Amino acid sequence: MKVLSQVQITPSSVILNGKSISASSINGIYREFIGDYPKFFKMDSLCKLGFVAAELLLKNIPIEEKENAAIILFNRNGSLVTDRNYQKTISKEDYFPSPALFVYTLANIVTGEIAIRHKIYGESSFYVLPNPEESTMNEVVRNTFLTSSPSFILTGWVDYDNDEDYLADIKLVTK
Amino acid sequence: MITKIADNIISPLGTTTDENISAIIAGESMLERQENAFDLQEPFCASLLNRETLSQIFDKEVGQNSSLTFFEKLCVLSAKRAIEECNLSPREENVLFILSTTKGNVENLEKSLTDDRCFLSNSASKVARFFGNHNTPLVVSNACISGVCAQIAAVRELLSGKYRYAVIIGCDVLSKFIVSGFQSFKALSPEQCKPYDIDRVGLNLGEAVGTIILKAGNPSKDTYWQYVACAIHNDANHISGPSRTGEGTYRVLNDILNEVSVEEIGFVNVHGTSTAYNDEMESIAIHRANLDAVPVNGLKGYYGHTLGAAGIIETILSMKAIDKGLILATKGFEHIGTTHPVNISNQIRKTDKTVFIKILSGFGGTNAGIAYRKGGNK
Repeated sequence: MKVLSQVQITPSSVILNGKSISASSINGIYREFIGDYPKFFKMDSLCKLGFVAAELLLKNIPIEEKENAAIILFNRNGSLVTDRNYQKTISKEDYFPSPALFVYTLANIVTGEIAIRHKIYGESSFYVLPNPEESTMNEVVRNTFLTSSPSFILTGWVDYDNDEDYLADIKLVTK
Repeated sequence: MITKIADNIISPLGTTTDENISAIIAGESMLERQENAFDLQEPFCASLLNRETLSQIFDKEVGQNSSLTFFEKLCVLSAKRAIEECNLSPREENVLFILSTTKGNVENLEKSLTDDRCFLSNSASKVARFFGNHNTPLVVSNACISGVCAQIAAVRELLSGKYRYAVIIGCDVLSKFIVSGFQSFKALSPEQCKPYDIDRVGLNLGEAVGTIILKAGNPSKDTYWQYVACAIHNDANHISGPSRTGEGTYRVLNDILNEVSVEEIGFVNVHGTSTAYNDEMESIAIHRANLDAVPVNGLKGYYGHTLGAAGIIETILSMKAIDKGLILATKGFEHIGTTHPVNISNQIRKTDKTVFIKILSGFGGTNAGIAYRKGGNK
């Protein structure tokens, strides 16, 4: 597999293709590189993280090249942060479940948010692993080319635990 | 060649695949109105497993095990039955376990928001380790299409040559968490669901677990089910609403039709959740793929929507139906209620064809499909 570009986002740094960029927080990246996508503020933290990371890699790619791309993401927490938030809304004493929150109790929603933003009609898949094992992730991504022919694959680890502990480590790869 | 060598379904209709297919042919369903289930005030209609009975079966067949949750016991019991059917040695390095689930042990959050058992990979690892398997299991968590995506993940791993066998388990259990969410979406029907019907008002939820074991290499038997084609596509449209043009599902069908001819297809087993938008979307996709004349059927009227299990159990039942030369009836359907009148029926029909396509769609705008062909001596 050939790596076209990559980005790592942590609470303390944003590194795009090996170079540190000035925007630091997730919201900071949104303001500097997007700014005009109000749906961003409806997303949960996992989606916001994956969304801004994907933006940094995809924003300069022409839309026609993105149509047949694939999105394959991995993490450990799944959607547990939002699961916990949703759980708090359904206690017997305080019962106010909302569809706007419930929809984010699925980890793969982040792949959908990216697909909508970039008009990606290819595969969107989400896997949960015990750890960010590079070999397992690369194997899954490499094997994707055995049954499909995406123009490129946006792939990697997007995990959100809390404001002090999150990591997006994603890349664009071709066969 | 990739072939299916064993399967199992545990649902409210039975604890073996044979019991399930017989119940469906007899038109049975355990979809029932639930009052006060999961401490929810609003009643709903669902097909629920009997936890006590199944725990007893587990204790008797597998042995008492306090470290496994009910969800994990279901996965182990179903996998064990499938593994025994094909005499697989599950601890071998060439065996990979794949778990399809949307929410795993999420019900445990009610007791503790920091319960480790809510990590989906913990459940998958416990199930794989139970069988002595030490490969890192894959958890496919792609909302409602997980059951087909897990089969696709298995096919790819087997095609790569790294593994020879894949044990694919699909399971979800219902809880206050899941039912309240679907209620908040106003997605649930208070009565038994009516897929593709003019009077459909929403879906029913259901509980089940299913296991499919796939093998790479020459088929072990004279007749066999062989993987033919698969595809996954996003609608790029909305995170919770199906596409009005059926874009993702249309692309899935189109990809699969590059590998199989329309004349071979016995039926398309649809998602058919019985929500207004899902069934309409599928009918548009089927029409755009020029499959209007091909029989379609949906099984949610027997089980409800079993989430991570749906793609697994509906695939198994489609195989068993063709084994018997049948197209299963779409229970609950009466009068066509989609813009494009697909070829659907509430009666059992006959077929002598050997291919079926299983399709699913889900939140996140995802759509998936897989096709299998019956091969060998007829």
